[in-house]
This record gives sequence, C-alpha cells and structure tokens, in this order.
Amino acid sequence: MNKIIDIQHLVKQFNGFTAVNDISFSVDKGEFFGLLGPNGAGKTTTIRMLYGFSPPTSGELHIFGMDIRTDYRKIKSRIGVCQQDNTLDPDLTVEQNLHVFAGYFSIPKKEANERTRELLDFFALRHKKNAKVMELSGGMARRLILARSLINQPELLILDEPTTGLDPQSKHQVWEKLENLKKSGLTVVITTHNMEEASRLCDRLIIVDHGKILVDGSPEDLIERHAGHNIIEIEGPDHALVEYVKEHNIGFDDLGRRLILYETQEKDLNHTIQEQFCNEKCIYRNSTLEDVFLRLTGRELRE
Amino acid sequence: MIDPKVFSWRFLRVWKRNLVVYRKIWKVNFLTPLLEPLFYILAFGLGFAGLIDNVHYGGSDFSYTTFIAPALIATAVMWNAFFETTYASFVRMYYQKTFDGMLATPLSLEEIIIAEIVWSATKATGAATIMLMVLGLLGFIQFPLGLLLIPLAFFGGLAFGAIGMFFTGITPTIDMFNLPIFLFITPMFLFSGTFFPVSNLPVWVQPAALAFPLYHLAELARRFSIGTNETAPVISIVYLIVFFLFFTILALGRMKKRLIQ
Repeated sequence: MNKIIDIQHLVKQFNGFTAVNDISFSVDKGEFFGLLGPNGAGKTTTIRMLYGFSPPTSGELHIFGMDIRTDYRKIKSRIGVCQQDNTLDPDLTVEQNLHVFAGYFSIPKKEANERTRELLDFFALRHKKNAKVMELSGGMARRLILARSLINQPELLILDEPTTGLDPQSKHQVWEKLENLKKSGLTVVITTHNMEEASRLCDRLIIVDHGKILVDGSPEDLIERHAGHNIIEIEGPDHALVEYVKEHNIGFDDLGRRLILYETQEKDLNHTIQEQFCNEKCIYRNSTLEDVFLRLTGRELRE
Repeated sequence: MIDPKVFSWRFLRVWKRNLVVYRKIWKVNFLTPLLEPLFYILAFGLGFAGLIDNVHYGGSDFSYTTFIAPALIATAVMWNAFFETTYASFVRMYYQKTFDGMLATPLSLEEIIIAEIVWSATKATGAATIMLMVLGLLGFIQFPLGLLLIPLAFFGGLAFGAIGMFFTGITPTIDMFNLPIFLFITPMFLFSGTFFPVSNLPVWVQPAALAFPLYHLAELARRFSIGTNETAPVISIVYLIVFFLFFTILALGRMKKRLIQ
C-alpha cells in the first residue's frame, strides 16, 4: 500500500456552487504531484479538503489510508501545509514562529529547539531568527512558511502556490530547496500557476478546470500528447495559411493577429510553412506545459 | 450537536501562544490595571464622595469609595475579557490569519476558540490581581477573603470572553464592534450596580439590571471583598455559568460557520 493520497469522486459545494465536481486521483509515496488550473478551477478548494480545513460534500478522501472525516487529527499531525496566504504569526519573531508552531503539534521542547535550528539553517534564515516577521522580505517570509510546514517532519507536504509573487532569485532558491526535499523522498502536492515550476518539479500532474480533471500525466507526456514537439508562432498569418493548415489537419489556435501551430513530426510541413507562409515574423520553439495549459483551459480571462 | 472529540488539552498550546505575545509587552499590559483604579478612586473618592453620604447596600452602610472599589475590579474583568475576544481575536482571525495557520495543524477550530476565551479570562485575571493589590493597599479590600476575587475574575472573564467571541463570530468588520460596546457594554457598565446600588433604581427597571452579567460579577466581588450583597451568591454563580456556556456554544457555532467552508 503505497498510496499516500486516495481520492474518489470528491465533491465540494458551497452556497449552491460546485467548486469541485467529482474528481478522483491518487498520489504515491515519494511522488511530486501537481494540481494545475486557472483561477477558480477548484485547486485551493481541493487542497483545503486535503488538509482537513474544509469538509468534503461527498466522496472519499483518504490520506495514509485514513479517512479525513474521522481521523483528521492523526492525518494533520503527519502533514505539512504551506498555505497560499501569509499565515505567519506577526506577533512573534522568526524563531518563535517555528517554536510556537511546534507546540501546536505537541513536539517536546528539546526536539522543537533542535528542529528549529536545523530548519533555520536549511532555509538560510539563521541570521534573521530574532527579526519580526513583518521585517522579512517576500522571499524570506516564504522560506519561513516552508520551514514552518516542515517542523513536524511531515510525510506529506502540501504547497499552495509556494512561489507566487516572488522575485526570480527567491523563486529559484525555493525550487532548489523543494528539489532537495524531493530527493529525500518526501511526497509533495503542489498547486501553481507557474508552468515552468510545474515542469521542473512535478513527476505527475493533473490539470483541472470547472472542478473537473481535464488531463493526468507527467509533464513530458502531456506536452507530447497535447502540444506536439514544437510550436510555430506566426505573426500576421494570411488567409492562405489558415486554409493550408486546415487542409493538412494541423493542430492550431487562431488568435487573430497570431497563429499558433502545434507541429507534428513531419518535417516537410515545417519546411513548407517556413518557405511559403512566413510573411512577417515566425517563431520556432519547443512546446511547453504552458501551451498545453492554454490549449486545454482556453485563453479567455477568468476573473 | 458538538462532537466531544474536537476538544482536547491541546487548546493550552494556543493559550500559551497568547502568553508568549503578552509577555513581550508586559510592562504596557501592567500599566493600565495599575493606574486605572487609582484614577477612579481619586476621581470618585476625592471629587465625588463629598457630595454623597454613605451608601446603604446589603443591609450595611459603606463609604462611597468602599462601595465602588470591588465593582471597579468587576468592570476591569469585563473590559479586559471583552476587548480581548473582540478586537484582539478579530485581528488574529481576520487580519493576521493566525487561526488559518493553526488550522493546518492538529488543532481543531473548537480548541482555538476555547483557548481564546480562556486566554481572555486569564488576561482579565492578571488585570484584576494587580487592581486587587492596589485597592488592597489602599484599604478597600478585606483579606484574606479578598483573595477569592482572583478566581472570581477568571470565572467572570470566561463569561465576558464568551460573549465577546460570539460578537467576533458575527461582526462583518472590526468597526462594527462599536455597536455591542455602546448598546451592551456601556449601559451595563453604568447600570449594573457598579456606581450606585441597583436598589436605588425605580422598581420597574431593577429586573433589567439583574439580567446583566456585570451585575452578578459585581455582586460576587462585593461579597468577597466587603462581605455583603443584595442577591444570593448562588444565583449569581449559576447565572454566570449559564451565561458562559450559552455564549460559548453560540460562539463555536458562529465561528465554525464563519471560518470553515
């Protein structure tokens, strides 16, 4: 039994709105699992059900083989949660934040001190241990939240948009730490809007929209299946090109001023387009998870 | 209705968190209860007492300052506990998202709420103890009987903490606390037999005063410090227990509705 999370037909409704609509998935031990989707797709709602914050309307949710409805306390003592909002305690110092949090898990004082020291070192926050939380930069605060979520040595780490709003340096530093944790065999569930982050970290991911799972697979698989190998972006496409593309059954998105072609393996086609249809500007690039995401969830704004 | 499994001694961890924060600014926290009774005794004792003869209360006559001294402790308990579970808890819940962070740990929401109420009672007890020492030194409290005011402060703090928490569960914004303060706390502060005996009020309003928890707390405070009262202590004790339980249950329900979706 290697399943850390097992979700079957999970549904969450509030005030007549169905935020999560019958989703099922499981996460294996040691897996780095991504939960992707546009705003309002039901990611955070799912995550909140995972850590026992909000009760499911129907369906089954088991973590470590235990039911979240009845064994939430046991489950919560074995998971770490990094929430989307900054929930650090501004009344406490950096070090106290870890100490006091260890108390909520009933970790003995001596052990709490040791772990606090280790985590402050690991996240390069030792020099700030007596600082107030308000004085921390965005990157440091985020690292402290991560450190705090590891205070109980969790077997499952839940991260809700861990790098949103961080500058590139901080973001990469967080990624590096997460990769270290991954190497140590920790099971992680992450939600993110950052496709680079998802491709880099996740072994497997699902894309959800309107409370439903659209696809499930490894980042490479999903790219291969839904966005081909390469992408050609053509600015100012003429009518002939659109006709040609339709005729040859090539996957494309027409954005008006810009045409995006999802290129198959046939090199000839690629060549033809390059020779005949590239009037203004053409970009040839590798397909990314972002292409998959936009193709599956659409390009219109959500909020 | 409420699953007993949601309660455990773990709530003391949240209480401890508040203690850690309190100790950081303990000097400020000590100053108010130290000075407040002095101001009142000075104002009412020197400025006011000359206008008033002895107060007839519970079958005996007392100087005006002796009469109000125990009530000052009772009102301090009310203000301290009520402010803690309204403004302070609201800031923790709404602005600091402290409760959200706690809910990602094995703590239950019920434990967090209970801890907040118990903490408010603790803070009220701290303030009452300091006031007791000041008023004791001034000779307004009989010892050792007066020491019973310390557990009484905790007991009364629970009642006012519970109703404060209930208001935190229903108030949409922090400014709206003005409403319960002006419509409930202030009239209670004035008409609970604090500054004059309830028996001085017209007969038809007396039952209204008896419905105030502060009346019962002030009654018990006088019983424990000057040794007399108007209403049987057992009635006051039962009233405060029922009041505490009633508003704790209501507060738990409202907070659950507010925070858990």
